[in-house]
Formats: sequence, C-alpha cells, structure tokens
Amino acid sequence: MALGTDEIGRFAGFLKEHEAALVESWSHRVADGLRGRLSQTELNRQIEELFRALSEALDGGAGTVEDPNAAELRAVLSELSRSRARQGFTSTETAVSVFALKDALLAAMDARQADAGTLRDFIAFSALIDELGLFTFASYAAAREELIADQAEELLELATPVVKLWEGVVAVPLVGTLDSARAQVVMERLLDALVTTGSPYAIIDITGVPAVDTQVAQHLLKTVVAARLMGADCIISGIRPQIAQTIVALGIEFGDIATKASLADALRHVLRLSGVDTRRNGRKDG
Amino acid sequence: MNAEPQRLTVASDQDVVRVRQLVRTVAVAVKLSLVDQTKLVTAASELARNTLVYGGGGTVEVDRVDNGRRAGIRIAFVDSGPGIADVNLALTDGYTTGGGLGLGLSGARRLVDEFDIDTEPGRGTSITVTKWCR
Ligand SMILES: Nc1ncnc2c1ncn2[C@@H]1O[C@H](COP(=O)(O)OP(=O)(O)OP(=O)(O)O)[C@@H](O)[C@H]1O
Ligand SMILES: [Mg+2]
Repeated sequence: MALGTDEIGRFAGFLKEHEAALVESWSHRVADGLRGRLSQTELNRQIEELFRALSEALDGGAGTVEDPNAAELRAVLSELSRSRARQGFTSTETAVSVFALKDALLAAMDARQADAGTLRDFIAFSALIDELGLFTFASYAAAREELIADQAEELLELATPVVKLWEGVVAVPLVGTLDSARAQVVMERLLDALVTTGSPYAIIDITGVPAVDTQVAQHLLKTVVAARLMGADCIISGIRPQIAQTIVALGIEFGDIATKASLADALRHVLRLSGVDTRRNGRKDG
Repeated sequence: MNAEPQRLTVASDQDVVRVRQLVRTVAVAVKLSLVDQTKLVTAASELARNTLVYGGGGTVEVDRVDNGRRAGIRIAFVDSGPGIADVNLALTDGYTTGGGLGLGLSGARRLVDEFDIDTEPGRGTSITVTKWCR
C-alpha cells in the first residue's frame, strides 16, 4: 500500500527531526542482530547511507519502493544485500537490518505518550519499511543465486577432468549432479580427448553420481553415441547396486553399451579387447 | 515423529537439485534402506522435473508419515500447469511430448509404494507418492 502525500511529508519530517537519535538506535539494533561480525564503522556507514537514501526518496515524494524517485534507495538496498550475501550473512540477518528501523521509530515516537494520529502514522511508515525489507529479501536471494551460479561454473570446470588411463584409453570420472550444462561440458571434453589422444576407448565412471534418472541416462546415452560416431567405444562403469536396481525399475535400457561395476573392471575389459594381457602371470587368455 | 512438512518451490533446475537433496535427507532420517533411498530420490527427481518442465513450475512438499506399523515418506508435487488429458497414455513407457525417454512418470510409479495422480486439463497436476520402510 502506497503512502499518501501527507504521510510521506510527515515521515520525511520525522526523519529529519530525529535524525541523530534514529541513526544511532537503528545501528545499535542492527549491530545486536549481527553480533559483531561486521565492524561498527562499516555498519554506521551503511545505516547512514540507507537513512540518507530513504530521506531523499521521501523528499522526492516516493510512497512505495517501486516509485521512480526511490531508484537510488533501491540501489543502496541491493548493494547492501549483495555485500551481506557475499559476507555469508543469512537472509533474515540481512532483512533485519531494514526492519530494525521500525523499532527505532517506535522508540523515538515514545509509544506511551503517542496519540492516535502518531500511531496511525507509525503503522503507515511501517508498511513502507516492510516493503523495503521484502525488497531486500528478494535482492538477497538473487545475489545468493548469482554467487551459487558463479561457484557452480567454477566447479564445472574443475570437476570434469578427462584422464588418459592407459595407451588408447581415456576416462572421465563424474562426481555430483549431471545436469544439462555439465553433461555438455563432459561430452565436449571427452570428444576432445578422444581426438587429441587418438584413443579408441573411453570409460565414463559414474561412481560419484548420486542418482541416475532419465535425464542423466539420456545425457549418458547421447555421449556414448557421439563417441561412437568418432569411432570410439564407450564403457560406463561405477554402477553401484542401488543405482542398478533403480535403473531397472525406471525402465532405462542401455542397449548394447558395455557397463561394468567398477572402473578397474572397465579398464580390464578394454585391455582385454585391445589384446593386452592383464593377468599377473603373463599368460595369454584362451 | 510428526515433524513439520517441508516445502520447496520448483522454478529452476537448481530447485530440482534441492528437492533431491531434501528427499535424500528425510529418507535417511526415516531410515529407508540405501536402495529405497535411491529409488525415492530418483522418483522425486523425475516428478519434480515434470513439475518444472510441463507444469511450468510448482511446489513440492515432503512429509514424514506413520501408519502405526511403519514409518515412511510422502511427497506431493503440485503445479497449476496445463494438466494431463490422458493419464493412461502419459503413464505409458516411452510416451513423451518433450523429447525425453518417456519413462519419468511410469518409472516413478514403479519406484514407489503408493502413487496417486490428480489432474485435469487447464487446472493442473498433483501427484502424491509414498514410500514405506521395510
Ligand atoms: N506435471 C505435468 N503436467 C503436464 N503434463 C505432464 C506432467 N508430467 C508429465 N506430463 C506429460 O506426460 C508425459 C510423460 O512424462 P514422463 O515423465 O514419463 O516423460 P518425459 O518427461 O517426456 O521424459 P523423461 O521423464 O523420460 O525424461 C510428458 O511428456 C508430458 O506430456
Ligand atoms: Mg519426465
């Protein structure tokens, strides 16, 4: 609900009149919530900046957080959320930085002596502060998502090494969730490695994949087909018993794709195919 | 035993990952066997992705249940998307309108103990599954 013009004026006036006391008690309350994990100077600077942006928005006639005259205020709130998210504060701790202004206002109004008009104003001002708090909450969430996406991208690069296991055999051990983006990276890396090493065999090890659903299966099948088109044979290894049972119940069929319980089994399998003797005593099979 | 049901919004791929993680945590807490944990997590993954892809997003609610003899988990997937006109067809192995394997819905039903589907074209789809401890 937007504040009326009169209310905006009274809010702006109240802030001006009680500026020093409000900033002081607002910072104090926020500091309590954050329990010393942010320096007092840093905190004071943030609260002063917020206070100034709020006053300017009200002076510009903004009665809602979406008002064009509240653009600067929104920018300050977003920046606050972003820095809190980066510093590892929770969304609640971040939103409290805004909501604490309500307590500060109430204290400054001296609730015991306040008349009905003052209390009505408090309720109206509170509604605007709630909006600001919710806006902060939303920007915090967006900032966290961004952070997580950045980290996920870094992990993506790190978590998909393609290793040459043996002459003619490359392997890619998958760890974690195989979503579409990840599957794409895996496929590209694997095909790349097949070309640069000239390997006729590839092993995809899924020991580290917690669940194989239809999406993961489809990505695996596509990767195997692509490798085949390049003349390489693919083996899927690391299928643990619980995964095997789940795959069967889901109804996924791997067709003629070779699957092995462990990476070692898979390596033994391709070495046998390529004629290398893997028995200790060195005698040939057969 | 009556812990609060936990609710997640499903609006992105990351949310589907969150659903899997939550289901895994609760499955461990009610002491499902490793095989049953994996089956339930996989079923939840399928249904949550359908909620996202076909239902246009929705919610997932994970609940611990107890029928007096056994403990278990109940999960509800709710969307207000286009609904499913022919449920039997959608539950046929290999039927897909999205270029998938067409095994998500039918496979999920085989992975759980109870499977209820309530859907109507234009109103949305609500699927509830339960897995009991053995
Ligand atoms: N929540 C839903 N809302 C509307 N339609 C749905 C919903 N869930 C499934 N469907 C329909 O049922 C079909 C079958 O679903 P199913 O999960 O079995 O296969 P898929 O998602 O197409 O492929 P897969 O899950 O194997 O990757 C879908 O293609 C879609 O048309
Ligand atoms: Mg599906």
